[in-house]
Amino acid sequence: MSQLLRIATAGSVDDGKSTLIGRLLHDTKSIFEDQLSAIEQTSVKRGDEQTDLALLTDGLRAEREQGITIDVAHRYFATPKRKFVIADTPGHIQYTRNMVTGASTASLALLLVDARKGVLEQTRRHALLSSLLRVPHLVLCVNKMDLVDYDQEIYEEIRHDFTSFAAKLEITDLDFVPISALAGDNVVERSLNMPWFDGQPLLGQLEDVHIASDRNLVDNRFPVQYVIRPQSAEHRDYRGFAGSVVGGIFKQGDEVMVLPSRKTSTIDRIDTPDGAVDQAFPPMAVTMLLEDELDISRGDMICRPTNQPSANNRFEAMICWFDETSSLRTGAPYQLKHTTKWIAAEVETLRYELNVDSLHRDLDAETLEVNDIGRVSIHTTSPLFFDEYRLNRTTGSFILADPATNLTVAAGMIIGAAGESPTGTHSVVADNITFHPSSLSREERREALGTNGATIWMTGLSGSGKSTIAAAAEHTLVGSGRNAYMLDGDNLRHGLNADLGFSESDRAENVRRVGEVARLMAESGVVAIVSLVSPFKDARDKVRAAHQAAGIPFYEVFVDTPLEECERRDPKGLYAKARAGEITDLTGVGSPYEAPVTPELTTDPDLETAVRQVLGLLS
Amino acid sequence: MRPAAIELSDLDTLEAESIHIIREVVAEFEHPMMLFSGGKDSVLMLYLARKAFAPAPVPFPIMHVDTGHNFPEVIEFRDRTVAELALRLEVASVQEQIDAGRIKVGHPLESRNRHQTVALLEGIKNGGFDAVFGGGRRDEDKARAKERVLSFRDKFGQWDPKNQRPELWRLYNGRHQKGEHIRVFPISDWTELDVWRYLARENVDLPPIYFAHEREVVEVEGLLMAVNEFFPLPDGMEPSRQMVRYRTVGDATSTGAVESTAVDYEAVIAETAVSRITERGATRGDDRFSEAAMEDRKKEGYF
Repeated sequence: MSQLLRIATAGSVDDGKSTLIGRLLHDTKSIFEDQLSAIEQTSVKRGDEQTDLALLTDGLRAEREQGITIDVAHRYFATPKRKFVIADTPGHIQYTRNMVTGASTASLALLLVDARKGVLEQTRRHALLSSLLRVPHLVLCVNKMDLVDYDQEIYEEIRHDFTSFAAKLEITDLDFVPISALAGDNVVERSLNMPWFDGQPLLGQLEDVHIASDRNLVDNRFPVQYVIRPQSAEHRDYRGFAGSVVGGIFKQGDEVMVLPSRKTSTIDRIDTPDGAVDQAFPPMAVTMLLEDELDISRGDMICRPTNQPSANNRFEAMICWFDETSSLRTGAPYQLKHTTKWIAAEVETLRYELNVDSLHRDLDAETLEVNDIGRVSIHTTSPLFFDEYRLNRTTGSFILADPATNLTVAAGMIIGAAGESPTGTHSVVADNITFHPSSLSREERREALGTNGATIWMTGLSGSGKSTIAAAAEHTLVGSGRNAYMLDGDNLRHGLNADLGFSESDRAENVRRVGEVARLMAESGVVAIVSLVSPFKDARDKVRAAHQAAGIPFYEVFVDTPLEECERRDPKGLYAKARAGEITDLTGVGSPYEAPVTPELTTDPDLETAVRQVLGLLS
Repeated sequence: MRPAAIELSDLDTLEAESIHIIREVVAEFEHPMMLFSGGKDSVLMLYLARKAFAPAPVPFPIMHVDTGHNFPEVIEFRDRTVAELALRLEVASVQEQIDAGRIKVGHPLESRNRHQTVALLEGIKNGGFDAVFGGGRRDEDKARAKERVLSFRDKFGQWDPKNQRPELWRLYNGRHQKGEHIRVFPISDWTELDVWRYLARENVDLPPIYFAHEREVVEVEGLLMAVNEFFPLPDGMEPSRQMVRYRTVGDATSTGAVESTAVDYEAVIAETAVSRITERGATRGDDRFSEAAMEDRKKEGYF
């Protein structure tokens, strides 16, 4: 099945972005002859030395005449596997708003670096914006490899530079590819000039990147867009709620709740123009029919009674200011659009302005101007039904319009509800922040320390590579200024667990104790990285439950190295001893290993990929 | 449930996104209207609108901007569609504007594509329409590649490409003052091939001139022009009967045909997939004048 992938690119002419796009279009046969001859003529007219492929994407007269890109341009190409939509934007700081626009709908961000220049301010800015807009996948193309003699060391250095910068951001999936857009190396075909690169060429990566799981399929959200009432004799009683599913999977027969009324009903039917369907998921546009006659209109939200979005008229958000003709005025009236409704709103407080180059937070900022990004608190006249942007890019996003000019002046991403909400008589607040007056809450701790704790629990056979991955992850996190600590099963047995042996009950106790230590560390804001064989599912599940009860993120990571391979490595000589009968209960040989059924992550065999996957859990 | 079952194909994704846009506009505007030329893009758009509101009828009128230089097959198709779907049809006539003296033409048979703008803006004003659906696609032309899905027009119907509203996620801003209006392009992200693949999949009825048929044509400046009342045989030229089809439907004086043997959808898709010339370049005399022909027309208020 052919899928649709939206890509955002940004950059200047110098880094070869236009050449790369031109190359992708050309090599997938998406440029037409009359388009080519038209840009050839323009190039000649302008006196260019060679045909400027950038002209393909620069659509406006002013852009062509001045040789600059002003606005977002959309380009299309397709392979048998996928249809691609490229939102191509200029990379300079004065075009931050264009980059934000392009990134808002993208599943993948394509960044280019000139191999001769390495990671520049502009590269970092685009990476930051991609992470802010939660573009799920990022591919860094190290371009112009032909001009550095296809030198692997140069590539590795850039890769290392960017990886350590990216560790400061929340980037889920990061990939690299050394290319020459001009010569075509590693764009469509594997390059013979870089035999040392064992990854896929760029187009292959774009075709294969897994995007189906980028959607939130857990939290059911259906903003009602339009009510369909045919008023015809044939469909007299038809009352359908039309809209697009933006989260979760709705099934016929599901119990649903409608916000703000909080009335519940059951899904009688999910209609599409091609007939009823059993289930609806993002981004399907469907019409829902409910069993009960409820008063539902545009702007209402259908969800599950057991899983509701936050309902609050005060929340915290990052916003990017778009308007050249005005700057942010706190306390002034704006119109806010969120899902399918417009609502009057004001920005109560500007908390800080974020410098997109230095990541510095300017707490004294008094306003935001065009292309500025900052954190604000927003107050709306009635509650909004939202999720954090990191959980749902649709229910977590909004735009602001100026009621005087009707212009879109800002775009925002919701961080979370702001404490308590005075909702008056109509209490619909499902506030998920618990406030403990007697002690510091996790939120307060996070605010103060600027970091959040979590436990990453690596399980797998002895010799599977748990400790190697854990140590590398710890190293990267600490290197980027995040407090992380590795709890290694072997090391703990010298101290905390010195009294325990390897019987089944001792092993369970071992896991319990390590789980407790990890939970306490995570509670205090540290990322606890546990490396422990922990062979029994039951014991691991108990640790998970203890974390869940405390509201602390717990990620089970299965280092799934086959027994043969662990035995081949045998770093501690344990398998040899077990085979020789010197030890009797080694996991995998004399004692069972219960693999996790639904771990948060099963690592890739490649160490670097595995580390990246593990770090990705935290974003 | 297999995970594969919770994914949409590219065409289903495009369909869902277009339906979302159409519903959003109908929900937020008071007097929406859809342009309908009988061309494949407007046929697709109307088809999606039917899907968006089924089982209710399409809740807005359609408008044909009539240059007077029509292919009879297309007018027949238009009238049949209107009757079948019980639509309200508005005709904005270029000829009426010429007769009223609002448009000056040099020659009765010059291309009237550009003159459509006057008739269109008059039609929008008279009908009090605040949202106008158009079948423009971003892959058609460089200026259209820069176009928003919801595109603001001032009270003179003009487009300011350098001052467009940013468009993020699917949060469309259609706010406007009285007298201004918004052009809506729900099939912005479809390519020519997507349109054909989808129309074929859904087996949508199209005017017959889109499929190969025999016609008397003459080659003028690389375009195959049908010889008829709007395009008399130029002096000294010999017409020939050829198998041709149209890739676009426009003013009959300036829309050319392409050589083709594609008599059905499958064959058209095969030809489209290997075509090396854009549909406008292959068939529209008026889009080849300059690199910015479309941009200039759009600024004036063209669709």
